Amino acid sequence: MTPREAVQSARERIERAACVVRTIIGVPDYERYVAHVRAHHPGAEPLTEEEFTRQRLVDRYSRPGSRCC
Amino acid sequence: MSKLVRAGVWLVVAALGAAAFARLALSRGETISAAWLLTAAVSVYAIAYRFYSKLIAAKVFALDARRTTPAVRMDDGRDFVPTNRWVVFGHHFAAIAGPGPLVGPTLAAQFGYLPGVIWIIVGVALGGAVQDFVILCASVRRNGKSLGAMAREEIGPVAGMTALVAVLGIMVVLLAVLALVVVNALKASPWGIVTIGLTIPIAIGMGVYLRWFRPGKVLEASAIGIVLIIAALYVGQAVSQSASLAPVFTFSGITVAFMVMGYSFAASVLPVWLLLAPRDYLSAFVKIGVVVALAAGIIITLPPLHMPALTQFTDGSGPVFAGKVFPFAFITIACGAISGFHALVSSGTTPKMLASEPDARMIGYGSMIMESLVAVLALIAACALTPGVYFAVNAPAGAIGTTAASAAEAVRHWGFTLNPADMETLAKQVGESTLLSRTGGAPSLALGMAQLFSNVLGGNEAMAIWYHFAIMFEALFILTTLDAGTRVGRFMIQDLGKHLWEPIGRVSWYPAIVLSSGIIVAMWGHFLYQGVTDPLGGINSLWPLFGISNQLLATVALCVATTVFIKMGKARYSFVTLLPLTWLTIVCMTAGWQKMFSPDVKLGFLSHAKLIQSQIDSNTLPAVIKTVSDAHRIIFNDYLDAVVAAFFMLSVIVILADSFREWYAVLAGRKAVVSSEVPFDGAIAVTGD
Repeated sequence: MTPREAVQSARERIERAACVVRTIIGVPDYERYVAHVRAHHPGAEPLTEEEFTRQRLVDRYSRPGSRCC
Repeated sequence: MSKLVRAGVWLVVAALGAAAFARLALSRGETISAAWLLTAAVSVYAIAYRFYSKLIAAKVFALDARRTTPAVRMDDGRDFVPTNRWVVFGHHFAAIAGPGPLVGPTLAAQFGYLPGVIWIIVGVALGGAVQDFVILCASVRRNGKSLGAMAREEIGPVAGMTALVAVLGIMVVLLAVLALVVVNALKASPWGIVTIGLTIPIAIGMGVYLRWFRPGKVLEASAIGIVLIIAALYVGQAVSQSASLAPVFTFSGITVAFMVMGYSFAASVLPVWLLLAPRDYLSAFVKIGVVVALAAGIIITLPPLHMPALTQFTDGSGPVFAGKVFPFAFITIACGAISGFHALVSSGTTPKMLASEPDARMIGYGSMIMESLVAVLALIAACALTPGVYFAVNAPAGAIGTTAASAAEAVRHWGFTLNPADMETLAKQVGESTLLSRTGGAPSLALGMAQLFSNVLGGNEAMAIWYHFAIMFEALFILTTLDAGTRVGRFMIQDLGKHLWEPIGRVSWYPAIVLSSGIIVAMWGHFLYQGVTDPLGGINSLWPLFGISNQLLATVALCVATTVFIKMGKARYSFVTLLPLTWLTIVCMTAGWQKMFSPDVKLGFLSHAKLIQSQIDSNTLPAVIKTVSDAHRIIFNDYLDAVVAAFFMLSVIVILADSFREWYAVLAGRKAVVSSEVPFDGAIAVTGD
């Protein structure tokens, strides 16, 4: 493995770990959403990242069940 | 052969657990190591998970990896997203774990460690984990439906409506009591108030950073936020040591109460990205950090338990809260043993993330076992304090007076020892003017944690930093429950209120937002104010109400689950949910009845009101009640608390009656045994909830 590849693979690993942490603390996953729209709704334009994040957050804080005692 | 080996291993685990329990139960008049408590807990958890949760998974629901989950079937990249089971586990655990499992066991330690530990361990294995697990399964099989929707559809509209109103009632009591815990930790503490106060601009800074400078870089912003809140800890210390600044930031309980209300109101009306979301991210890290630190501290030091197995307060005369060990140990510890609130999480986001059905066992049952372990750790931290210190911190001024000398005298009277000078030294060590009557559980837990941590790292000099570290962490995630809870409460008010007056239901109309936020804050704020000004300490009346309401919600969840079992044709397994349901009903009704009608004035709301009225009539009001109008307010609040308790009890009866009717109809054959599950390979359903 060349040094460049090693850096690349470490970077990917960190990105994967970061993704896990983000899901656990409840950060909406924009990339996955865009991938989903592209795969399942060809032709439809996905929301922008800002719009998507805003919608997800508003939804999260509007119903009981996202939080406990 | 391997089968024999495995059976042997499980026999050893069972024997270990039994031995540890025997050691705990039979110890009299000697201190024993926390290791016994941990061994008892972990052995029971392992056995319960391996055998009982498997029985439920295999026999009741027949969880099957070939059966698609709603996340797979209805994947929309937003709500419904199939997710790795360890990630869902972390997410679910972070959502169910809050201050509840830390505070409840700390308060219940007044009975000694034994009642608490038995209830936490047995309660979770047969009750709490079962509830979370079966509700998760039921929701997964119904496209991720919420508890309220399932109550309406499985049992009937009456049960559904009762559940809805009960959830609002629970929110109000929950928010009030958690706010009271924070107020008691921050009043007269310039260090605490400055540190916690600074977390608000830090969160807003993170929000602005995420919106305009580096959108989407949540982990980066959180890392900066964490560094800043640690810095805030030292700023707080500097302020508390400054002769000119410390008095400026020293506030009374009432002032802090109004600050907390103002903050929650602001969080409810401001956009979520500015304050709520960044705080939530910070608090999620903090939550996991606290749990890990607490576990590490206890496992490394294995502290001896100074609290006896049972104290004389099992007879109901306890200073922390009134009431006998039955039913009040089971009301005081809700989260950690069984918490109805979890049913909302299990039927909220989690079922929409499950990638495979069998994952439900680890996520539903497993996460709750983890939370139960947190409760055991909190109990250990409380019982590792000497009983003298524990009672001096947790008993209200009405019981121990306001000086170290009077506290020592009261504690001596109860059969424990406390050197008044030690109490003052301890307060100085943690950088507070006093630790007496800091009721609510958070300060005594922080003290326990500070002792554990400073044993490992830093010694006595580090006590102050560790104490405030723990207070800051606790307050941070309690405030996160408060602000998010207030916002959720606001939506519930808007949702219910629109039936009375349509415009209040408009979620993006500013006057409606302000009005409904004001209503929900006023509702819990009233109970908070009552708690802060209560001469008996507030926790005494509010924490049991919270426990009863939480157990009421568990009753709803278990009724729903039992109905689901019966309609699946699995009535013979309904003992799984009927067992905890029966116990909770007994506990809830007994506790509710005693809180209303007990002749003991410390326990019964009505007899307390009567006492105060007679004191007004005979002009013999005690010194702590300053004016007659204060006395009238206390009487009003006693009646209000009694009405709330009655409302919760009535809700239990209504839900049970409605469920019985439905069960009888199905079992007697008047109603067909038809499950409302999405069929195994059936058509793809399109509606979630």
